[in-house]
Amino acid sequence: MEFDTFMQSRILTGLTLGFHIIFATIGVGVPVMIMIAEWMGIRKNDPHYRLLARRWARGFTVTVAVGVVTGTAIGMQLSLLWPSFMQLAGQVIALPLFMETFAFFFEAIFLGIYLYTWDRFKKPIYHCLLVIPVVIGSSASAFFITTVNAFMNTPQGFKLENGVITGIEPLKAMFNPATPTKVAHVLSSAYLTSAFVLAAITAWFILRGSRSDYYQKALRLTMTWSLVFAIATAVIGDLSGKFLAEYQPEKLAAAEWHFETEKQADLILGGVLDKETLEVKGELRIPMALSILAGSHPDTEVTGLNEFPRDLWPPLYVHYLFDLMVGIGMYLAAVAGLFVLVRIWKKKHEWNPWLLRLIVLGGPLSMLAIELGWIFTEVGRQPWILRGFMRTDEGVTTSANVGQMLVLFSGLYAVLGIVCTVVLIRMFRKNPPEKEMGKRGIEGGGQHVV
Amino acid sequence: MSYELIGITVLWLFLYGYVIVASIDFGAGFFSYYGKVTGKGEVINQVINRYLSPVWEVTNVFLIFFLVGIVGFFPDTAYYFGTALLVPGSIALILLAIRGSFYAFHHYGSKPNTFYEFLYGTTGLLIPASLATILTISEGGFIEKKGNEVVLLMDTLLKSPYSWSVVLLALVSVLFISASFLTYYAHKAEDYEAERVLHKWALGWSLPTIFASFLVFVAMSDHNMQHFTSMLDNSWMFVVSMGFFTLAVYLLMVRKYYGWMFLSVLLQFGFAFFGYGKSHLPYILYPYITVQGSVNNPVMAQALIWAFIGGLSLLVPSLLLLMKLFLFDAKYVKGR
Repeated sequence: MEFDTFMQSRILTGLTLGFHIIFATIGVGVPVMIMIAEWMGIRKNDPHYRLLARRWARGFTVTVAVGVVTGTAIGMQLSLLWPSFMQLAGQVIALPLFMETFAFFFEAIFLGIYLYTWDRFKKPIYHCLLVIPVVIGSSASAFFITTVNAFMNTPQGFKLENGVITGIEPLKAMFNPATPTKVAHVLSSAYLTSAFVLAAITAWFILRGSRSDYYQKALRLTMTWSLVFAIATAVIGDLSGKFLAEYQPEKLAAAEWHFETEKQADLILGGVLDKETLEVKGELRIPMALSILAGSHPDTEVTGLNEFPRDLWPPLYVHYLFDLMVGIGMYLAAVAGLFVLVRIWKKKHEWNPWLLRLIVLGGPLSMLAIELGWIFTEVGRQPWILRGFMRTDEGVTTSANVGQMLVLFSGLYAVLGIVCTVVLIRMFRKNPPEKEMGKRGIEGGGQHVV
Repeated sequence: MSYELIGITVLWLFLYGYVIVASIDFGAGFFSYYGKVTGKGEVINQVINRYLSPVWEVTNVFLIFFLVGIVGFFPDTAYYFGTALLVPGSIALILLAIRGSFYAFHHYGSKPNTFYEFLYGTTGLLIPASLATILTISEGGFIEKKGNEVVLLMDTLLKSPYSWSVVLLALVSVLFISASFLTYYAHKAEDYEAERVLHKWALGWSLPTIFASFLVFVAMSDHNMQHFTSMLDNSWMFVVSMGFFTLAVYLLMVRKYYGWMFLSVLLQFGFAFFGYGKSHLPYILYPYITVQGSVNNPVMAQALIWAFIGGLSLLVPSLLLLMKLFLFDAKYVKGR
């Protein structure tokens, strides 16, 4: 592979997005958890939940800042690195891009209000209501931006004749075939990841010896919702498989190393591919499962990669990403399910250290799954930037300085990543919940008051 | 009004909004750091933080809005500016990223950190300079089209008196707008000690601002005659701008009606900004992109305008609520 402007632009875009989605995922999911905690606090009249919301919100602010600046970066980099693509696609996807900024604007305004009005209203419900526009804004911006990505996978709503775009239908472009499954999957997986990350942090503290009511409530809340979101994500993941089989069969075939078109196709787990002979070794085959994934019936015909010219094949390593993503999804669902079952039937084992360790592990794994799933969906669409219309190398900039910019931005993300982590850890270590509970006169506090 | 005219007007309005809120923000960050280092302005920090904390995130959105909007309404700009601005655009982005995130690290971290504040205060002065460069480039003469390639003539840009006069104007305007707003805010907070410091700064930066504006005028006549003539045709707007400037300085001097004083500053920049923008038309990038030649398909332009109306009907009440809670709430402003 040549390390030319094209490659550098791909790496820089991938780097920016890869860094941004960590914070974007938190940005979409955590407000939902804050809203749930606020609502529980009011419904049960329990200050623990309100403190939970408050502490989550405080950490959230720091991640939002990084999310905003990296989001600005990717927004501008689209035009800086892929000017020809934006010139063409900008004519069709301007509407969702524009609406995304409105949603973001809305969220930014209400987040500011929410964070600075904690004790300002006499009735706590007013403050609780303020988090709703934050949730709407963050999920809506995820919705709009995902429709843009969906459009790049299944472009429609325009005609392209000799490089000139006509017959634009903005809504048809926005609500393309990939939109429903993509949006649903992005939202549910962001909620799942955020809930699991919060659960993992809580489990970590419980493992270290903090056993007060506050932590127990936090873990029960986050694990229960993790299970809900995990089930939703699995169902939507199945629908996404069916979508791929119909609209982007080459992506599904590459993910499954499925070369011959056939019925009763096997699902391949793991394995190693010989790039020359295209033979798979050491895999685990589940008979007919791919046909079932693609069309709910063993007799569904699944299109194989051989139907496509070789130069339009996506890279075949996406199989590993796909397997890992699905594997982690299963793991998260299993751990959350286990926790809920143990809680119902064997209450005394609820704080079993091994169970807690599994939960802690699920935090970083869930974020890893977000990255893997996203790389799978982006790389799986190569060589297209606009599937069927524009190849990625036709959209790239002609500017010669991408290499230097790649170095600059790598440095920036390294600094932001490290400082953000340090700030977050310090913030919570210096001000543990016990101290805050003591200060606010909430039951369970005072043990560590300095 | 045609689609392209509505589009560019709306975008220009948002850019104006960004110039104002960002100036307040950038200047405040710088003053806050300056006050800390010299010890002279320690008193102003409380006022600054009370204003900035709930609104810093909103500032950034104005810019994103403009960037997304201009590519949406005029997709050709993505091609020309995108290709030419890779380096200056990336540098502006990195500065914005450092500033935005270190603001949060400084304010929400476990304890305030002087190094974080240094980064966030100084980048606040570099960003206006780097963003102003983009306006400079739109005047033409700094971009060359060679076949399929669009090249930014960095050398010409760095040697151009016009480009430096715009940078200078951006810098001093930021400090003037910020100081005059904070004077007004400190007065409302009844923080008279802070008001005294800020008032001095506002007056101090007023003369350099008007001086730099003239400099830009003169340099413009040298750089782009077509635009300069067009500016003369709209000279009444610049005269009105000058009038509001005089009024603002007068009110500052007599230390009265700070609300009206800041409004005059807003109008001063408003008239100058729209006078500049109006005379820039029909070019977005002289001489390659005009508003008529690059406007998006009418169907999309119409959809964007509808989205815009819908979005505004959501935004305006929210912005008003934000201002009511943090800008015009006497109890909050006074820190109670």
